[in-house]
Amino acid sequence: MMSAQMDAAQVLTGAGLDALLQVLKSRGLRTLGPKIRAGVIVYEEIASVADLPRGWTDEHSPGHYRLRRRDDAALFGYTVGPHSWKQFLHPARQCLWQARRDGAGEQPHFEPEPSDAQHFALIGVRACELRAIAIQDRVLLEADPQYRARRRDTFIVAVNCTVAGATCFCASMNAGPAVSDGFDLALTELTTSSEPLFVLRAGTDIGRAVLSELPRRPASDTEIARAAARVEDTAASMGRQMPSEDLPQRLLRNLEHPRWSEVAERCLACGNCTMVCPTCFCTSVEDSSDLTGTQLTRTRRWDSCFSADLTYLHGGSVRQSTRSRYRQWLTHKLATWPQQFGTSGCVGCGRCITWCPVGIDITVEASRIAAGESG
Amino acid sequence: MDASTIDPMRPRLARVRSRRRDGPQVWTLEIDAGPEARSGFSAGQFNMLSALGVGEVPISFSGDPTEPRRIVHTIRAVGAVSTALAHLGVGATLGIRGPFGVGWPLAEAVGQDVVLVAGGLGLAPLRPAVYHLLAQRSRYGQITLLYGTRSPAEILFRRELNAWRRRADLSVEVTVDHALGAWDGHIGVVTALIERAHLAARHTTALVCGPEIMMRFAAEALAAALIPSESIYLSMERNMQCGVGLCGHCQFGGLLLCRDGPVIRYDRLRETLRVREL
Repeated sequence: MMSAQMDAAQVLTGAGLDALLQVLKSRGLRTLGPKIRAGVIVYEEIASVADLPRGWTDEHSPGHYRLRRRDDAALFGYTVGPHSWKQFLHPARQCLWQARRDGAGEQPHFEPEPSDAQHFALIGVRACELRAIAIQDRVLLEADPQYRARRRDTFIVAVNCTVAGATCFCASMNAGPAVSDGFDLALTELTTSSEPLFVLRAGTDIGRAVLSELPRRPASDTEIARAAARVEDTAASMGRQMPSEDLPQRLLRNLEHPRWSEVAERCLACGNCTMVCPTCFCTSVEDSSDLTGTQLTRTRRWDSCFSADLTYLHGGSVRQSTRSRYRQWLTHKLATWPQQFGTSGCVGCGRCITWCPVGIDITVEASRIAAGESG
Repeated sequence: MDASTIDPMRPRLARVRSRRRDGPQVWTLEIDAGPEARSGFSAGQFNMLSALGVGEVPISFSGDPTEPRRIVHTIRAVGAVSTALAHLGVGATLGIRGPFGVGWPLAEAVGQDVVLVAGGLGLAPLRPAVYHLLAQRSRYGQITLLYGTRSPAEILFRRELNAWRRRADLSVEVTVDHALGAWDGHIGVVTALIERAHLAARHTTALVCGPEIMMRFAAEALAAALIPSESIYLSMERNMQCGVGLCGHCQFGGLLLCRDGPVIRYDRLRETLRVREL
């Protein structure tokens, strides 16, 4: 078939990957990808393959993250760090509008939109992160024109995971480790020695157009099979799993489970889990003006269900206790998100487990609570 | 502008056309949003009102939905934003976004008796429903307004209430929590009025608005009077910030109250209203 022919897997080397970055830049896209900074893998602007975390991996456990050397030269041989792509698509601070009064008492007028329209190429997007982007699309794409503008021209280079972290559970969320859709190009890394090697497929027309500009060769059957086997091994080595059967109903039947109070004794209500979560979308708006009251600004910033102000109403918070805030976070993710947006709010990336300062594990808490009082 | 370019987060600028005091710390503003303003709203919907440079809050319409050009809001000065809004003078500028949300089920209630149960400032979001019912009086059965507030001095829309009480086609009962001196009306909570009212349970739609605790007990009293849960509606309040279901503030279990509400049928709330700090 023609389309199968067009989407036949290709092999790309390190030079080919560098060429990919240059092609994307030449199309006016900001190339964003993984980089080591301050002892973690972050997502930032990358100029070339030399910026990628070659030969590094990450070690995860509840409340624990360390970079470690790999014994090969893999460029994508880690799982996920504290950053997610939402910082670009749904930024932590965003100006909603600015207005100006020409004098005191004058009618203000809105100033033109700041023209910060940026177009991104996201390099190294994992299956769980693709799912997270699809989930944020459901929440924001229709209602938020700024999100829509950023999202529309985003080019996505996905990477199949060839290593699972100890806090990963995407397989039990049916979100990974293999990418299935939502990408322009998808890579599977076969690097062993110092020369990077990838099996590459296109998922969209623009992905095919970009691919056609790269130095490449058709992948052999052996290479395709090796790539598939690496992703299958990853699925089999997943560190954790989320119980799946009837989970939303079982959680909602247990809103007064004693476990909520027990977890609240450990939870610091710091909000780390919501900041690192690739799907958490809650925001607050703040108005400000200069001292003369002529320049008015409304800013939207990330907020968290762990903050007291999120539910502030008539002089107090609806959710005063840490117990109620943790319950809101977990039940929203796993039980009420499907009612609101027709999809789970969790992708199994494990960030909330790794980056919780006291190591609270969503898979453990959900299992205990969903099991009911006797569990 | 086509729908894809309209930013729901950007307010229109509007001016205060008139302002009147309707109770202690309570003012009613009529707002002129200019000729381009979207006109029309359903009783029970809300707007996001901005005191520019201070902030934005959700405020229900309190005016007459049969006069779609008139935008009327009744505001109690409690926080920084509502205080700034309530104190705007005639001609002052404010921002307005909306209308948002799902209002009272007045079309579904056609042919039914309607009981409106208001607590405190909760009378303001119910007033558009009263206007609507009176404007289409012949389409509804018996109409009863039960209103409870803290004290006689806090009775909202006093002259209008008196006018409504004089009508033969509308039954109005007012109760206060406590009173000194010349009050000769009911004393006690509004649920007592529900118990005393003769409601034809099978043919009655109940509309309830007030503090959450009051609504919970009112809904239980209405249910005890054998009104089915499917005929009882509550206007739920949370600190809506966006109005379009993307900021997360107004979650109530699986509901996004700005989008799915604020008016919600009681059978979708009965269990969750009992959960504290939800």
